[in-house]
Amino acid sequence: MTTPGERVASLARSSYGKLLSVLAAPSGDIAAAEDALGFAFQRALETWSDRGLPDNPEGWLLTVARNRLRDAYKSAHSRNRVPLDADTEMPAPAEPVSVGGIPDKRLELMFVCAHPAIHANVRAPLMLQTVLGLDTKRIATAFLAPAPAMAQRLVRAKRKIREARIRFDLPERSEMPGRLDAVLEAVYGAYAIDWDNADGVPAVDDLSGEAVYLADLLAGLMPREPEVLGLAALLSFSAARRDSRTGPGGAYVPLADQDMARWDARKLAYAEGLLQQASRTGGIARFQLEAAIQAVHCDRRRTGQTDWPAVAHLYEGLVQVDPTVGAAVGRATAIGMAYGARAGLQILDGIDPALVSGFQPAWATRAHLLRALDRRPEAADAYRRAIALTVNAAHRDYLVRQAATVTDAAEI
Amino acid sequence: MRYTLFLYNNEADFADASPDQIQQEMAVYGAYIDALKQAGVFVDTDWLQPSATATTISLRDGSRRVQDGPYAETKEQLGGYFVIDVPDLDAALVWAEKCPSAKYGIVEVRPSAMPA
Repeated sequence: MTTPGERVASLARSSYGKLLSVLAAPSGDIAAAEDALGFAFQRALETWSDRGLPDNPEGWLLTVARNRLRDAYKSAHSRNRVPLDADTEMPAPAEPVSVGGIPDKRLELMFVCAHPAIHANVRAPLMLQTVLGLDTKRIATAFLAPAPAMAQRLVRAKRKIREARIRFDLPERSEMPGRLDAVLEAVYGAYAIDWDNADGVPAVDDLSGEAVYLADLLAGLMPREPEVLGLAALLSFSAARRDSRTGPGGAYVPLADQDMARWDARKLAYAEGLLQQASRTGGIARFQLEAAIQAVHCDRRRTGQTDWPAVAHLYEGLVQVDPTVGAAVGRATAIGMAYGARAGLQILDGIDPALVSGFQPAWATRAHLLRALDRRPEAADAYRRAIALTVNAAHRDYLVRQAATVTDAAEI
Repeated sequence: MRYTLFLYNNEADFADASPDQIQQEMAVYGAYIDALKQAGVFVDTDWLQPSATATTISLRDGSRRVQDGPYAETKEQLGGYFVIDVPDLDAALVWAEKCPSAKYGIVEVRPSAMPA
């Protein structure tokens, strides 16, 4: 038997963004909708403890929040005219709206959050706050930003949406690809930030689950978009291996050494399903390819070994559609594993030096390849550069241990 | 909803424009103004003399301070504006993108703060 408090908490998780999107869409005033919805959840806690749950809790919340919004507007309006009278006191909630009657504007809300007129550094935080109801402090911690600065960014973005009138509509078909990329990038950003900070951040502030939730939600709302499915698959593959990335004492464990028994089989199966669904829609792009690379790695569970030529082949595709330095370095690693360190090093040498000089994965890859070729002094130098560029403590410890195999540890 | 499009561009680009080129430029803007009017979104516009002709004035403690030159000496200067009336920011951005100035300068789009 769940208590009303638990029911409210679970509703907050599943319904918050849906209700907020419906409340904010007509006026574009997200802050006012947040206040009204917060009030409705508070009322729900009080009322439901006494009288039990209504038949349609979502409809009840929406009705209370709508009344609250209307009163807020009315009082803002009447402040300029006559004093409040008894009629403007909050009325009892009107007839609850039916369950099927609540439209879902979460997709529109996500496109608003990732609108090109909204600064890129606030898109992911805004999405986490409006779709999932996360508080500013938690978001600030995850993004390693001071809470007041994050609060100001969020407030400013909401004000811009309202004042500049960014409408809660889906983009035109011609604009869809670019606009969708921005939404996917924001969701990916919410996940990646957590990945980078994985060492120092306490478990309670872990946002990776929230990012996966956003990706899954998006996949449910746009089941025909291959990149949406690809992103959801990528995050699910990654989440499935999450626990196996750290060994005893929080030490970093690279993919090839991870204990496959610790991978989450249910998440892997779900990710594989999404990837298959994506491949049926036709058209292949970045997130699908990245997910496919993960799928090959995870297939080691079945075959006992990694099919590196397949990984290298997928990276060939990735550098075509997403020519970033990260993809180029990943390709060098895969080719090194598939066709020998010499071949991998050749690919690495082909990347513009200006792009890789400050890029940690490039130096770590170079070090590993040189070590495999037994070019020890050069490997030691590459390890030194990689270590100097490594922020994550567990990653650094791992590299220091690796470096010790090619040099006297005291030199590092 | 009213939006103002502020047209910023590098004045040096036009310093040596011939009368023919200026004529041509005016025709391009004329076509843009016609398009705005036909769509029923046009409110107002002006084309400004270069910033060297600008004068600033401010009043502090009752004393009048007049200075030669624009408010800020930047490479890009305000060269004109359009006021349009459209439903939302996306619509305003569509018109801003069509503005001839967007091809060589920067168009800043700002929503109106005046009550309708």
